[in-house]
Parts: sequence; C-alpha cells; structure tokens
Amino acid sequence: MNHSIQHLWTPLAATPLLWLVVTLAAYVIGLAVQRACGGSAFASPVLVAIVFVVVVVLATGTSYKAYFAGAQFINFLLGPATVALAIPLARNARLVRANLQSIGLALLSGSVMTIASGVGLVWLLGGSRQVALSMAPKAVTTPIAVAVSEQIGGVPALTATLAILGGIIAAVVGQRMLHGLKVKDWRAHGLAAGIAGSGVAAAEVAARNELGAAFAALGIGLNGLTTAILAPLLVRLWH
Amino acid sequence: MITAFLVLIACELVGEIVRQACGLPIPGPVIGMFCLAGVLAWRKDKLDAPAIPDALGDTAETLIGHMGLLFIPAGVGIISEAGLLRAEWLPILVGLIGSTVLGLAVTGLVMHWTTRPRRQSGSAAAIPANPELFKPGSLS
Repeated sequence: MNHSIQHLWTPLAATPLLWLVVTLAAYVIGLAVQRACGGSAFASPVLVAIVFVVVVVLATGTSYKAYFAGAQFINFLLGPATVALAIPLARNARLVRANLQSIGLALLSGSVMTIASGVGLVWLLGGSRQVALSMAPKAVTTPIAVAVSEQIGGVPALTATLAILGGIIAAVVGQRMLHGLKVKDWRAHGLAAGIAGSGVAAAEVAARNELGAAFAALGIGLNGLTTAILAPLLVRLWH
Repeated sequence: MITAFLVLIACELVGEIVRQACGLPIPGPVIGMFCLAGVLAWRKDKLDAPAIPDALGDTAETLIGHMGLLFIPAGVGIISEAGLLRAEWLPILVGLIGSTVLGLAVTGLVMHWTTRPRRQSGSAAAIPANPELFKPGSLS
C-alpha cells in the first residue's frame, strides 16, 4: 500500500501542477475561513493559506525549493499585479496631486519610524546585528526589501519572510488601529498600508476601496524608493 | 482581457528594461506601474473610448482583489528560515510587531493631520458610508 502511494507521489511531486493546486486550494480555504468568521480581519486568508501550505509541505517532506518550483507561476503574477496598481492610481491622479505635500511628509516620517524602530527594538532585546539589519527594509515590497537587505548586510531570505509577516500584521491590525486613532480617511489608510505593510496590507486595503488602493500603490512605490536610499544611510549611523 | 494582460506584462517589461539600463535600485514592476499610471492619467476620456479601457480596469480589479494569493509562495519561505526564527524569536516578534504598528500609526496620523480640512470641523474626507458618493472636490 505504502509502496503504491510512493509510486503515485514521486511523479506527481515533480510536476508544478500539484503545488499549484495545493496553493490555490489553500487560498480558497483561507477565503472560506474568513467568510465563516464574518469577514473578520483577524482571519487573514493569506495567513491561513500559508499555514495550510506549510503544514502540507512539511508533512510530505518536501523542500521549499521543490515547492517553489511549482508555485513560482503564482509568484510570477505578482509582477503584472503590481503594474495593475497603476489603474487605481491613474483614476485618482487629481487627488494624489492635490495632496503631494502631505504624502511626502507622511512618507518620510513613516519610513524613518519603521526602519529605526525595527532595528532599535531588535537591538534592545538582544537580537543579533544580522537580524536587526534584516528587519530594517522589511516594510517595502519584497523584491526591494531583499535587494536592500543584501546591500546592508542582512539575511535576504529572512527579510522576505519578515516582509510577508509584517504585511500580515499590518493587514490584521491596521484598519482597526487607525480607526482607534480617529483616522477615518481612505487616503491615510491606503498610504499607511503601502508604507508600513508592504504588498500584503496594501492588497487588503486595495480590495476594499479604490481610493485606498490608489494611495496604497503610491505608498508601495514611494517607500521602495525612500527605503532604498534611507536604510543604508541610517544603518551607517549605527555601528 | 488578453489585450489588458498584454498591456500589464509589456509595462513590466519596459520597467525591467529601464531598471537595467539606468541601474536603478527599484524593481521593474514598480517602474512599470509609475509609467502606466502616467500614461493613463495623461490620456483624456473620449466619447467612444474612456481613458482607461474597461477591459484593463476589470483585469486590474481581478488581479488586485486577489493579490493576497500571489504572496503565498514567498510566504511559505518561512520554513527555510525556521532555525534563525527559533533562535531569536523574541527580538524578531517584538521588532516586527512594534515597527509595523509604529510605522502604520505615524504614517496614518501624519497623513490625517496634514490633510484635515482646516475651516470646517466636520471631516469631509472621512470614509463615506457609500464610497460611490465620495466627492474629491470637497477636500480643502
């Protein structure tokens, strides 16, 4: 019996089909869980799906490399999806132009705060320098975060993980917390998600409101730029 | 839909080419996003064709609405960092949550304070009950 499963498993595990199905199924399950929880942000479909896939990958003794070989087709779509953020941005171009000064100010303070507090907190709690530096660029979109991490001496793979986890945290607490702070403006919600929560949180806001999507798109793009410049500078101040 | 997808992929390619040609530290898709947004914002609505074609709008909406799915493969990468995460879980956890929450709050508050309507006390920019009714012109 075990032998026949092995016979079936070995060729299946080698095709991308299996891990595409597992990843898509995990996402559908994640969406269903969120629906079952009455649309609560605490039941993040991305988080549920990642936990589900991790369990399947570990249970079958698959390496991450083998999993990614199959799932890379989904990962590839991140490129066109990022470009697609141009549409809400263009639709709200007038509003973006009217708020350029506020956007610049919020961008600079949010970016510095995220980098400095990330590095500072890890250092205060006795984390290694390597981990602190991996934390510095974690709020920007994953490809930029990885490149910056490599440049300043962090661990790129750890930064990628932190970027996703940070995005999930921002997606889960962002809206609730900003409402608590009496911030009830989609422009502020979108920009904050784009700057502090990378793509995952931006996706959460973007799915809810188009004005939020426009400012989230702007936040992702501008913070990528700002962090690529600021992170190496701020790190140089810390020896 | 195929044409719309072609536009998105082509913009990504243009962004990738610009990145390599200029040696920019920004990823190609982000450059592509700014290029496409610039072109779309510059085009004017015509009687027979809107500045942003419906097909492009629909395709973008679908992709953005399910962007969460696209982050799953990268997120599963957590299993290859399990050792480091276990060894330094406390600083990582506190640093991650702390910096994310502080970054969100500072960005949101600065944006909120600087865009607040100055004259009226009522907030014209509040999230409207119905987003369709949102009037950009009412902002200060």
